[in-house]
Amino acid sequence: MNLVTNNKWIGQRTIRPDGMDKVTGRAQFAADTTMPGMIWGKVLRSPHPHARIRSIDTSKAEKLPGVKAVVTSKDIVDFPIDKGAVMLGIQDMRWMCRNVMARDKALFPGHPIAAVAATTEAIAAEACKLIEVDYEVLPWSIEIDDAILPDAPILHEFNKFDGKPSNIAGRLEHKKGDIADGFKKADVIIERTFTTRPVHQGYIEPHACLISVAPDGKTTIWSSSQGQFMVRAMTAYLTGIPQSDIRAIPAEIGGGFGGKTIVYLEPLATLLAKKSGRPVKMVMTREEVMRATGPTSGSKSTVKIGATRDGKIVAAHGTFYLQAGAFPGSPIRGAAGCSFTPYDIPNLLSEGYDVCSNRSKVAAYRAPGAPIGAYAVECVMDEVAEALKMDPLDFRLKNAAKEGTKAAHGPVFPRIGYIETVEAAKNSDHYKAPLGKLQGRGVASGFWFNAGGESSAQVNITEDGNVVVTTGHPDIGGSRAGIANICAELLGIDYRRVSVIIGDTQTIGFSNLTGGSRVLFASSIVVTQSTEKIIQTLRERAAKIWEIDPEAVKWENGAAHPVSPNAGQFEPLTLEELAEKAPAMGGPIGAGVQLNTTGADGGFGTHVCDVEVDVDLGIARVIRYTAVQDVGRAIHPGYVEGQLQGGVAQGIGWALNEEYIYTKEGKVDNPGFLDYRMPVCSDLPMLDCIMVEVPNPKHPQGVKGVGEVPLVPVMAAVANAIYNALGKRFYALPMSPPKVLEVLEAPTQQAAE
Amino acid sequence: MMELRYLAPDTLDEAVGAFAKAGSAARILAGGTDLLVQMRSGMLKPGVIVDIKKIPEMTGIEQAADGGFRIGAAVSGMALAEHKSFGKVWPGVLEAINLIGSKQVQGRASAGGNLCNGSPAGDSVPAMVAAGAIVTVQGPGGRREMRVEDVPAGPGRTNFKPGEILVSFTLPPRPPGSSDAYLRMIPRTEMDIAVVGIGVSVTIKDGTVTAARVGLGAVAPTVLLVEDAAKALIGSKLDDAALAKAAAACSAACRPIDDKRGTIAYRTKVAGVLLKRTAAIAAQRAQGK
Repeated sequence: MNLVTNNKWIGQRTIRPDGMDKVTGRAQFAADTTMPGMIWGKVLRSPHPHARIRSIDTSKAEKLPGVKAVVTSKDIVDFPIDKGAVMLGIQDMRWMCRNVMARDKALFPGHPIAAVAATTEAIAAEACKLIEVDYEVLPWSIEIDDAILPDAPILHEFNKFDGKPSNIAGRLEHKKGDIADGFKKADVIIERTFTTRPVHQGYIEPHACLISVAPDGKTTIWSSSQGQFMVRAMTAYLTGIPQSDIRAIPAEIGGGFGGKTIVYLEPLATLLAKKSGRPVKMVMTREEVMRATGPTSGSKSTVKIGATRDGKIVAAHGTFYLQAGAFPGSPIRGAAGCSFTPYDIPNLLSEGYDVCSNRSKVAAYRAPGAPIGAYAVECVMDEVAEALKMDPLDFRLKNAAKEGTKAAHGPVFPRIGYIETVEAAKNSDHYKAPLGKLQGRGVASGFWFNAGGESSAQVNITEDGNVVVTTGHPDIGGSRAGIANICAELLGIDYRRVSVIIGDTQTIGFSNLTGGSRVLFASSIVVTQSTEKIIQTLRERAAKIWEIDPEAVKWENGAAHPVSPNAGQFEPLTLEELAEKAPAMGGPIGAGVQLNTTGADGGFGTHVCDVEVDVDLGIARVIRYTAVQDVGRAIHPGYVEGQLQGGVAQGIGWALNEEYIYTKEGKVDNPGFLDYRMPVCSDLPMLDCIMVEVPNPKHPQGVKGVGEVPLVPVMAAVANAIYNALGKRFYALPMSPPKVLEVLEAPTQQAAE
Repeated sequence: MMELRYLAPDTLDEAVGAFAKAGSAARILAGGTDLLVQMRSGMLKPGVIVDIKKIPEMTGIEQAADGGFRIGAAVSGMALAEHKSFGKVWPGVLEAINLIGSKQVQGRASAGGNLCNGSPAGDSVPAMVAAGAIVTVQGPGGRREMRVEDVPAGPGRTNFKPGEILVSFTLPPRPPGSSDAYLRMIPRTEMDIAVVGIGVSVTIKDGTVTAARVGLGAVAPTVLLVEDAAKALIGSKLDDAALAKAAAACSAACRPIDDKRGTIAYRTKVAGVLLKRTAAIAAQRAQGK
């Protein structure tokens, strides 16, 4: 590994710039903003999973004293279905305009029907009850098996699959070689079917916004999102207000995990503010968050893997059906594209099916789709290794993707660190530790694409010789701390002299949203280039003062120095001194760079999980966990570990308890954190991390995205550990106590053969 | 918009008067950890709230000369935890009360509120039933006493008469060799609602159980006193056969529902499992182990 080891700040666990505000309660989240004259917006939501909207009468609501504005789908810009896709990033505005407000049909319980703004929240809620909606209630389906039946109720009649109206909104496949040929060569073939339940991203901060529309149309949005530019663009599309008139100010964000990459409230609040002439605030309740935002897909996957007696995988076939919710767009790309990617498989077919059904439209969730696919693939990998009597990590090593491997989704891998993660897992103390009674150990690997894309940065030197860096993406995973480390490193100054802020849409150049594990990768490229420009300016300024050639000046330890005694004998000029002299030497010092960044390398992880099962109660508890990941270069190791631990915690919840439970009427029955059981601190052991650093050669600091990979292997690692403890395999998530006990109590089947 | 009146009387008579006068529109506020949540969710819109925390009898913990305890209905879980002797005499009751909510919630939540909320899954109730607690209630017709197991009438309902307020719990004096325990099954490790909860109180002399009571929660419309389980334990040395019989009695007493928190089969099986574990802890404590 070509690690740079003499860094002063890169690789240091520096104090996070947002820490003080967050622990003292000073940080401004979206719901913390108020304005004089502000009124409150509330949404009327469909009680039905599926219903045609015959009419909406808002007249009684409008007459209620205190009500200032009412909006329905008539107020939202329509993107007609037959005119074709209007894409913004990965979102089709035809679906977005119908998701923020039901147009002809309500497609899930919680689907917005109308919105009201009134002087108090209570009046707005009261007014919602006065809106009369004439529904023609329709049959519905939520589960994949129901939605793909030939006679299933169809959500979108225009959507055809195999020439017939269908809820299957799309299919994709990745193919390599010929699986039929491949399976013929296999000595061991294992095929299994798995299901997973929808799970929510579970951010603590509900969606919230405050929006003011001035009489001249100038609009200001304070909201919590993973991208202020996404908020601006979507709001512009859905309201008809030009982007140049919308200033979207990013609030500090209380968690997103992908769920805040689309808008729900902002277009409604903007239209209410425009109609009423008053600033409008909207804050979702937890119940609204659970019913109408996110979650990720429930799924049904079938995976078949064939290997030769000596442990070489010769063919694999995966079929992944994912719930899209009310509108097309489930993360089949992540499921079909990532699941087999850790392995060099000559014959592979990986297929994804996008299935619409009557529940809320899915939103991205941490490596969207990849954990669902990896769960199925990594559980079958465990069974194949067992059938071959091979150690599961040795089996993975034998088939590991490496430099030169062609992935089924396209790329030929450059130098990657997958093998290193498996070796580190194998060599870990954890993997060698003995297990007790009713304890078991499981392993699993995972891959996520990672991403680059558009980023902008502006770096300015203040008059007193310090630094302000402005970037354009909300900081969810520590990007501000990472950027401070990098900028301080490049300038050779203390990191505390670098302030990193997130600009709003009208003060910093376009920056794509925070997602895909792209932010530190992309923003550190533009920050590095901006800082290098500043260093060039500083050298030129010093050269001018010393009356020597700029090439004869070097920048070191926060000051300009002559490159050698031959260049002249001068006392160094520090950043402070050059800042002080700036007005006389050509003016303010600053530089900005805007780029569509490329060169993001995918990320690999391998996890080791120990569980202990209470066989009388069916409770599986994770008692030890080690996440190994190729992190490229850990710019701020504390934050990188935080990302690994956070992903693992979410995966353990997904594996053991989290699930959307529906009533017979098709409504979510557990829309709150009491009965939607995310893990609490005491449910988890310390989650250990091993950071493997194989620097990305295409990045100035070697950065690879780290935020999403750590969720990918978790559910399979837990499932494999439970098998190791009990000798029983589970093919459905969550492995919650009643389900575990049911399997344990079931009469043991006669062994086959 | 309906108006909400908040009253905080200093005496029980005033509280009973105000509560009875307001009728069904009134609610009693102790810690508020159920009431305020129900109001915020829109489940409940009371017209009058009577806060009982200013009434000394409601917030006091007293130990009588015979060793029995009287606990005011509004005493918080934290106040009980900090009491110097209560947890030594009634460790099971205390651990049950201290399982309600989080640390922060414990500063407010009371056993009285837990009982009056009427949830079959209330953690403190099975432990109080096992302890043989007697409650004192006061209403327009004066004071009366009830067995704690007679208070719940069904989910969210009690057998109090209109205008009656829960005043206190009385726990009997303990013979030597007595102790208790409470266990609950939750999928998580905290911040959850019991799928099954069980309180066991025992008195053991020379290794033989001389007295026992078993309270079982979250498996029926109300918390149950399982007398058959107690009978199976009494006279035994807590041998496997006795424990199996008591566990079977608990499973047999279950009349649970299938819901988002657990299935009928799961709850029925777990009730028996928890009986064995809880009885073992109570016995260990009773024998000073």
